[in-house]
Amino acid sequence: MTSNRAVDVVVSLLLLALAGVLGYDNWRTGVSWDATGPQPGYFPFYLALLMAGACVYGLAKEYLARRQPSETFVTREQFTRVLQVFAPTLAFCVLTQWLGLYVASFLLIAGFMAWVGRIAWWKSIVTGLVFAVLMFVTFEIAFDVIMPKGPVEALFGH
Amino acid sequence: MEAFGLLWYGFGVLLTWKTLALMMVGLVLGIFVGVLPGLGGPNGVAILLPLTFTMDPTSAIVMLSCIYWGALFGGAITSILFNIPGEAWSVATTFDGYPMAQQGRAAEALTAAFTSSFIGSLVAVLLITFLAPGIASFALRFGPPEFFAVYLLTFCSFVGLGREEKHKTIISMALGLLLAGVGMDTVSGQLRMVFGWPELYRGINFLVAVIGLFGISEIMLTMEERLALRGHAAAISLRVVLKVWKEMPRYWMTLLRSSAIGCWLGITPGGAIAASFMGYNLAKRFSDDKESFGKGRIEGVFAPETAAHASGTSALLPMLALGIPGSGTAAILLGGLMVWGLNPGPLLFVEHKNFVWGLIASMYLGNVVGLVLVLTTVPVFAAVLRVPFAAIAPMIVVSCAIGAYAIQNAMFDIWLMLLFGVVGYVFKKIGIPLAPFTLALVLGNRAEDAFRLSMIGAGGDLRVFWSNGLVGTITTLALVLLFWPLISAGWDRLRGKAT
Repeated sequence: MTSNRAVDVVVSLLLLALAGVLGYDNWRTGVSWDATGPQPGYFPFYLALLMAGACVYGLAKEYLARRQPSETFVTREQFTRVLQVFAPTLAFCVLTQWLGLYVASFLLIAGFMAWVGRIAWWKSIVTGLVFAVLMFVTFEIAFDVIMPKGPVEALFGH
Repeated sequence: MEAFGLLWYGFGVLLTWKTLALMMVGLVLGIFVGVLPGLGGPNGVAILLPLTFTMDPTSAIVMLSCIYWGALFGGAITSILFNIPGEAWSVATTFDGYPMAQQGRAAEALTAAFTSSFIGSLVAVLLITFLAPGIASFALRFGPPEFFAVYLLTFCSFVGLGREEKHKTIISMALGLLLAGVGMDTVSGQLRMVFGWPELYRGINFLVAVIGLFGISEIMLTMEERLALRGHAAAISLRVVLKVWKEMPRYWMTLLRSSAIGCWLGITPGGAIAASFMGYNLAKRFSDDKESFGKGRIEGVFAPETAAHASGTSALLPMLALGIPGSGTAAILLGGLMVWGLNPGPLLFVEHKNFVWGLIASMYLGNVVGLVLVLTTVPVFAAVLRVPFAAIAPMIVVSCAIGAYAIQNAMFDIWLMLLFGVVGYVFKKIGIPLAPFTLALVLGNRAEDAFRLSMIGAGGDLRVFWSNGLVGTITTLALVLLFWPLISAGWDRLRGKAT
């Protein structure tokens, strides 16, 4: 169980760090004025400062309110359910890189329906297959939009 | 009337079998994404955008805007039948819509919602037809300082008028502007904030971010809440439609008021959600029978739906005329225009007449066809919601990935989408608004260019933003809006002392 405040503080710190990194990079690029006007780093540098300022303000505000109760960010049960969708999505992205998008999407849909949704295996497999083929026909053939493909599509000559 | 001639011309562009077919496809897809939880206007348009990459710009925008109308209609179906707002601006529709469905008056509520949506959009489209060309030709005189002032106004109004905590809006906006600057600097050609990472040279694509922020994160949120879909069945008969239409004229004042609120708030950025609530609340305030609101009063459906659609449609006015989107979805459409090499803004009306008037004509036609379509096909779309979420969720994930990849044919973008999905999930939970981020990301480069060009022109003198009456007024108005909470608090205190 994490409180909303704890997450808020962590996010603020991360954004503050990001502002620091981006601000530094822009400072290196040049934040002053030259003959042609502001240098490339000028505009983003001040934005980084603005964001850092807003983060510090938020942190101070949360610090002052630290004794007041805060809402729960997620319960353990909710977090499990979020992971149930996040982990397969992550796996899907990895698989897309190796097997191509269509095979990965078949595996994602069939797997997700069967394991997370507890839907009968045959229904899951048929749905996944129909969806993957439908997407293939729509994008590769009808609309000429090229997706990452792997060994299986190669078997069919694509 | 010049506008009539041009509009007629627009219908001419539109009336080919191919365009009409694309329109129907767009509407059906739009209603579909509007009905599905976890999708909705902005995601739907963003995900389906790749489908249009191989089309000519006019067909593409007609299809996309029809997806948008469809999504607007679709949101009402879920609000009324399932008590689940498909979109944030449909929340107010659930107040009276769902009780009506519970009383077995679902068909009436749906007819009311669709018809009032239609009226709201129609008023807004009329406004666009007659105002947009004027605003555009006025804006042709704008130089970089004026444009920067208008961008500033957009950003400041988000901070000053938004309901979220101010520092969170600023964080969201600054982050969006910063990420917009990643990659090649458009003025000097120098690389910025890429840290020697070749994948970042192209910059962070706006659409990829949107697909992650709205699509993927919404799936995670829906999973977390574990929606149990239990809805009411409904089929609309002609008798019910006629009955509702007969009742409608009695509420002309509500319809008119909501349309006006919607148009006004749609043109100012960030409006549709506020518009629907305001439309509802005002209808309640002016009603003789306040108690019956929230218990299934038909006026409680008319008011928010009219306002939401008027504002959703009129959000396209500043996008077309000035290149500044009034809503998240308008921002995505703007991103689409740039993909096809069209530069949104006043010049569009001069250089791409076909395109602009084809689009405006498609708003009329799309709304009429959309109304007929939803009235006749509600049972089909309501059935979509009975498909288990476990089947829909992975399909949405796949569609998001296809959308993200197709934009630049880059695997890196799929990873970026996933990252933005997590960011969107966390931001939504801790109350960092996403709309300012979206707007900043799409407008960032244009705002920066306008600023730097003004500075170059003025030799670095910030007074250029007050150098003439027009730019001075806009800049001052922007600052007033930025500090609006302070100003209104001070005003209240002064008045408190006086009495």
